[in-house]
Amino acid sequence: MSTLRPYRALLGRDLRLAWRRRADVLMPLAFAVLVVLLFAIAIGGVEERLAPMAAPIIWVTVLLSGFLSLDGMFRGDVDDGALDQLLAGSSSLVGLMYAKALAHWLLYGVGLTLAAPILALLLNLPVELLPVMLTSLALGTLGATQVGLIAAALTARLRRSGILLALIVMPLFLPLLIFGSGSVEAVRFGDSPRGALLLLAAQSVFLLTLAPPAAALALRIGDE
Amino acid sequence: MHDSGLLLDAEGLQCLRHDEALFAPVAIRLGAGDLLVVEGRNGAGKTTLLRALLGLGRLQADRLCHRGRDVLEQREVLRAACNWLGHLLALKGELSVLENLRLALALADEDLHGDPEALLERVGLAGYEDTPARSLSAGQRKRAALARLAASRRPLWLLDEPFANLDRQGMDVVESILAEHLARGGAAILTSHGVLPIRLQARQLRLEALH
Repeated sequence: MSTLRPYRALLGRDLRLAWRRRADVLMPLAFAVLVVLLFAIAIGGVEERLAPMAAPIIWVTVLLSGFLSLDGMFRGDVDDGALDQLLAGSSSLVGLMYAKALAHWLLYGVGLTLAAPILALLLNLPVELLPVMLTSLALGTLGATQVGLIAAALTARLRRSGILLALIVMPLFLPLLIFGSGSVEAVRFGDSPRGALLLLAAQSVFLLTLAPPAAALALRIGDE
Repeated sequence: MHDSGLLLDAEGLQCLRHDEALFAPVAIRLGAGDLLVVEGRNGAGKTTLLRALLGLGRLQADRLCHRGRDVLEQREVLRAACNWLGHLLALKGELSVLENLRLALALADEDLHGDPEALLERVGLAGYEDTPARSLSAGQRKRAALARLAASRRPLWLLDEPFANLDRQGMDVVESILAEHLARGGAAILTSHGVLPIRLQARQLRLEALH
C-alpha cells in the first residue's frame, strides 16, 4: 500500500532545486572559507600558533556555516504552499522529515566536509590530522542537520526566525562541537580518537532517531 | 448505522480560532457525484473549514465519517482520500510545468493517468511543458495546478476558490474536470463567494459567522 515513492520524490526535489539554485547552496561554503581566512590573517601565518587552533576553528566555522542554511529549510515550502500539501497529504510526515534531513545533510554536511581540506590548508592543519578531521565532520554534521531540522520546523511559520533559530540551535550544537573538535585534538596529542568519534556517532544516531519525529510534531502543532 | 457509501458524513463541524468558534455548527453529507459549495462572507471561515477537514488546523465535530468509518481520530485515512487545492498552488518556480506535475503526483503517490502532454493541453498549457513555473502568469499557474487535479483519482476534492485568477476558458476547464470527476463517482467541496460560474448541479452550504 504505502511505498517509498513520496519520500524519494521529496529527496529528489530538494536536490534538484538546490542544483537549480546552485549559488544559494555555495554561499555557506564561501562563508566558511572567508571566516577561516579571517582567522588565519588575524592569528598570523605562524605554524606553531595556528596548529593548536586549527581544529576548533574549522569545527566552529562549519557549524556556523551550516546554521546559515537552516532558515531556507522550510522557507520556500511555507511560502509557496508546498508545506501545506505535505501536511495535507497521506504520506507519513516523519518519513518526509527524514527525506528533508537527508537532502540537507547531503548538500551542506557533505558539502562542508568536502570543503574542509581547503579550510585545513588555510589554517596549516597538520596533514596527519586530516583523516580524523573529515571523519568527525561527516559524523557531526549528520547530527547538526537533525538539530537544525527541529529548530527550522519550530520556526517554520515565523517571518523573522534568525536570532530565535540561533538561540535554539547553538546550545544543542555544543556536545557535537566538544567531541568533534576533541577527536582531532586527541590525534594531535598522539591519543586514539576512537572514544570521541564513537560518542560523536552516538549523538548523531540519537538525534537521527529523535529529530524527524519531533520536527513532524512541531510542524503539525505549528499549523493549529 | 450510518450510510457506508458516503464519502463524507459529518455533523456538528466547527472551527476554532483563538478558542472561539468561527461559525455555527454545520453538517456535511457527501455521496458519489455530489458537489457542495461553501458560501459565506469574507472571514466566515470557508477556507478554514476545508483546511481543518484535512487536519490543517483545529476541527471540532460530533461525527466525522468516511465510507462508514469514523475518521475523527484517524485523519490520515481521510487525507488519503482527499485532494487539496489551496490558494497557494505549491508550484516550484525553478521547476518546469511538467516537472511540477510529475512531482506533485509522486509526492501524493498517485499514478499519472494518461499522457502528461495531453493533460497539459487540456488545461490550456500546450507548449508550456518546459517553461519554469515562475515565468507563468497567475492564471497559467492556476491552470498548471489544475493539471494535477485532472490527473488525480482521489475520490474527495477540496478546492479553495478554484475559479480565482481564471478567464472564461479556464473556468470551463475547471467545470469539465469537475464534471468528469463527479461522473466517476467522486465528490467535491469548493468555496466561492458569489454566483458560481458553472452550470453543474451543486448544493449550497452557508456559513453563518458568529462574530
